[in-house]
Amino acid sequence: MATNQQYALGALFGPGNVDMTSHTPHARYMGMRVVETGPGFAVMTLPYRPELIGDPVRKVVFGGAITTLLDQASGLAVACALDVLRAIATVDLRVDYLRAAAPGFDLFARVDCYKVTRNVAFVRGIAYEHGPDDPFASCLGTFMLGANRGGTAFEELVRRGRGEPS
Amino acid sequence: MSVVLDSIPYARFLGVEVDRTGGILECVLPFREEIIGNPILPAIHGGVIGAFLELTALLRLIDESGTDRVAKPINFAIDYLRSAGPTAARAGMARRPYAPGGIGQRKILGVNAQARGPGTRRATLIRPDHRG
Repeated sequence: MATNQQYALGALFGPGNVDMTSHTPHARYMGMRVVETGPGFAVMTLPYRPELIGDPVRKVVFGGAITTLLDQASGLAVACALDVLRAIATVDLRVDYLRAAAPGFDLFARVDCYKVTRNVAFVRGIAYEHGPDDPFASCLGTFMLGANRGGTAFEELVRRGRGEPS
Repeated sequence: MSVVLDSIPYARFLGVEVDRTGGILECVLPFREEIIGNPILPAIHGGVIGAFLELTALLRLIDESGTDRVAKPINFAIDYLRSAGPTAARAGMARRPYAPGGIGQRKILGVNAQARGPGTRRATLIRPDHRG
């Protein structure tokens, strides 16, 4: 696990750094942003937009969009828990919908990476619109580390950040 | 069914299409830049795979129940078998037993053009006509 001192990736993935979302085409397409990062955790937001509605009657954001927000924040939380950046791939993700998200509000997800082994990272997180004390969804997931051959966007990003040739 | 699909903004946002050529409702997700999660591979975003499977479950539920109201999902779990892309993804469903109380469990299989699954998912949904 990364400690405060080892949290060198904050410069790449911290709030205000658009790289984390801009290198992921779908995150960019959805309009996601990084709100906060720290050792082993990440907070991201998905601004409300009519295109994300899943239930045309209730005007509620589609559950799958919440899955995507939690998945993206989970990957970022894992990146923020590693001492050395490696490829990060979702192995499994379970989402519980605790209630419907309130229509018209920007959505937030906070995910903590609570355990990292040699090849696997474990995360848990919540999604909320008003505050973390009243989440509308929760998630539990595992991520494989170093799974993809041929490098990842993450690794590419770090290489560029360090001024190394890609 | 395409009318229902068109009424769900998020389905249009992802670009999901419906296919009945096999006799049962399946969904197709054409591959395009906007749904990519890893541009190096390239691979579809894991969240999009989950959303696509959930959408397939909802459309099948609407198709079979004869209602045009969207069911409320309770939870689901996705197992990612490998990365998906850069071909169109397909999703159908394997099982659909109903439990009492209007709560249904569904196992959904995602299959792409190479006939190997990028993901499977177990979903729990509340039937839209259920009062609870």
